[in-house]
Amino acid sequence: MLQQAIEAFVQEAGEILAGLENSILALEDGTDPALVDEIFRGLHTVKGSGGMFGYTCLSRFTHHFESAFDLVRSGQLRVDPPLIDLCLAARDVMCEFIALGGDGPVSEDLLASERIANMIAALSALTAAAPDAQAVKPLVEEEALPEPESTERSYSIEFRPDANALRNGMRPDLLMAELGELGTTAIHYDTTAIPRLDELDPTEALLGWQVTLRTQSSRAAIEEVFIFADDADLVIAETAPAPVAAEAEAALPVAPVPAARLARADAPAAPGPTPRKEAKSDSIRVTSSRLDDMMDSLGELVIAQARLDAVAQRFDDPALESVVEEMARLVIGLRDATLSIRMLPIENVFAKFKRVVRDLAAELGKEVHLVTEGGETEVDKNVIDRIGDPLVHMIRNSIDHGLETADEREAAGKPRTGTVRLSARQEGGEILVSIEDNGRGLNTEAIRNRAIERGLIAADAVHSERELHHLIFEPGFSTAAVVSAVSGRGVGMDAVKTTIDALGGTIDVLSRNGRGSRITLRLPVTMAIIDGLRVKLGPQVYVIPLSSVEECVELGDNAGARRSGRSLLEIRNEMVPFLELEKLFCQPGDPQARRRVVVVRVDGTRVGLVVDDILGQGQTVIKSLSSFHSGLPGLGGATILGDGRVALIVDVATLIRSAEVPRAETVRRVAA
Amino acid sequence: MTKTILSVDDSKPIRDMVTFTLEPEGFRVVCAENGQDGLDKLRAERPDLVFTDLNMPVMDGITFITKARAEAAGSGIPIVMLTTESAPEMKEKGKAAGATGWLNKPFDADKLIAVTRKLLG
Repeated sequence: MLQQAIEAFVQEAGEILAGLENSILALEDGTDPALVDEIFRGLHTVKGSGGMFGYTCLSRFTHHFESAFDLVRSGQLRVDPPLIDLCLAARDVMCEFIALGGDGPVSEDLLASERIANMIAALSALTAAAPDAQAVKPLVEEEALPEPESTERSYSIEFRPDANALRNGMRPDLLMAELGELGTTAIHYDTTAIPRLDELDPTEALLGWQVTLRTQSSRAAIEEVFIFADDADLVIAETAPAPVAAEAEAALPVAPVPAARLARADAPAAPGPTPRKEAKSDSIRVTSSRLDDMMDSLGELVIAQARLDAVAQRFDDPALESVVEEMARLVIGLRDATLSIRMLPIENVFAKFKRVVRDLAAELGKEVHLVTEGGETEVDKNVIDRIGDPLVHMIRNSIDHGLETADEREAAGKPRTGTVRLSARQEGGEILVSIEDNGRGLNTEAIRNRAIERGLIAADAVHSERELHHLIFEPGFSTAAVVSAVSGRGVGMDAVKTTIDALGGTIDVLSRNGRGSRITLRLPVTMAIIDGLRVKLGPQVYVIPLSSVEECVELGDNAGARRSGRSLLEIRNEMVPFLELEKLFCQPGDPQARRRVVVVRVDGTRVGLVVDDILGQGQTVIKSLSSFHSGLPGLGGATILGDGRVALIVDVATLIRSAEVPRAETVRRVAA
Repeated sequence: MTKTILSVDDSKPIRDMVTFTLEPEGFRVVCAENGQDGLDKLRAERPDLVFTDLNMPVMDGITFITKARAEAAGSGIPIVMLTTESAPEMKEKGKAAGATGWLNKPFDADKLIAVTRKLLG
């Protein structure tokens, strides 16, 4: 039980800390009181709950942070860059404490370490220097209450507890007394439900209350009084501010048992306007695992739907067919709705880069301005979770290698402050994310030399700039030393490419010498369900993602193209290399098959895949492979077919790479 | 007169938290480790207020509440469920069994004190 509570705390604290970073950074643009309050509340919550769930070291540290920040809230401390630096650093320390997983010797050591002690000293120095030095807050303090609203409002409250309420320990008298503390009350009893004395069960709750409350408190405060009342038993309505009728009644004692008929059933005037059901919130939060479960069930549903479809075709019954069609339509609607739930604005990823850029710019002594565009673009949660690291990597590269120092920029006639532009937009079923800088651009010559040195291209080969720039994504193309020497990008660019490939996306680079460069990622909007082309090879069915399929052609006599030893296919006067899946997957095909070629396009290269036959296309629910099978080149997952068989999903990008057709060579051949 | 509070929970940290939070406020806190233990303590200690967990070995919270309500010692006193999930069906079940209300975990000490004061006056 407590473990769940602790997990809830860790999750909450994580969210608060993530929010804190953005809020603190936003202080740079101005000290908005609402923002300051938000930061303060966050600190207060972490401090309070930390102590409750075994994070007392975190709580103790946060106490100092909170005390210092309270000065900002009260206007005694001005926000300046050094303070923001200190706040960010303190926030990072809070993350460290969370990461340590609660109290223990390690947390104690961290709290006692010189680094943390110095930070606490710096925070305490702020508190001590404040004009009102004694006002250091005690460790446990009152929850910061929202400012009372200045205007007085009038509420009509109708409360009719369930008949069992008294037996179940409810004390309406205490509730009425508590309500009385909020403001001026006029209380009427509704005694209509009370039977004759000989039929009366004194333990039954039969009274109804109608209260007119004039208060400065909010509706939430009233709801707080009735925290244990069922919604059905309670109606709270705001009425026009009117004088409370019969003020004298306010002081009447309230009877806990209905037997006392203190007030006649003077049916009160209509309780104002019809109570409105207030929209509490237009969003809900659920754990992502529930969404995953839902997605799994939906996947099964899509598969079952496909099976139903297959079965229905055997019967030729128009009534059955129309039901099946209706089902198919509903399933697609459900699929789209579920997928849209999993969509998050990419802003969630972008937000964390403000900090990365700020820190890195400070570290490298460069002046950098980060511009983000299209943060509202929505992307599947799984994609969001996985593109964070590659993006950080590319942004680091942009700032480290792409942008020049302020002086260099001035000498080159550019503004001293470099710009990194991070943008996202949707294009069909794809999300385009681009990272653009106005720095010096890629050094094409250095890349060419490096590629020749590594044997990736021939020394005398002629390549376009674009082809050369693409070489930065080759595995092992760059090492840190070389990259910084040639100021090209590339530290781990192949790792970035691997991640993007795994997501079913593509990556492209465009660079202009001296003017900057732009890397564009094309990512699928979702990765859970794709449109796939089912193909047959021997007894086995494979699915090729339709997004990478360009066309299908017959291999036929065209196979003769192999005579020269090169697997090339002529399609409308263009030579396209092809691969035989039966060789790559060691899965003998049907010798009687007509054999067809599915032409796919990856990174601008067209490659044909030879299969026995093409079965059709349809929605494919991707199931991940077991850890034993994952990572096999050429396979991206599995799916269950309508007839219950398992089909493997072809990962076109890794398949082609594993087929040992060096891209540069392919390009040359096709061009030849 | 000092009011007595019964904390029924199989998790010691939660029982401790109730104890350490409410004792300084002037309440006497008695603990029980499951529903059965809770019923025994209810008869022996005559608490003024009960906090009970729902998921417990031996006897779960809903059964405990139902049985407690049938007892002289358990009728008319507030019984508050400590729930981890805010699943409405659990609350409904508990309310049907006779619970006064519920408190969602996690809660902080202030909340616990406020609820106790609200129910005991």
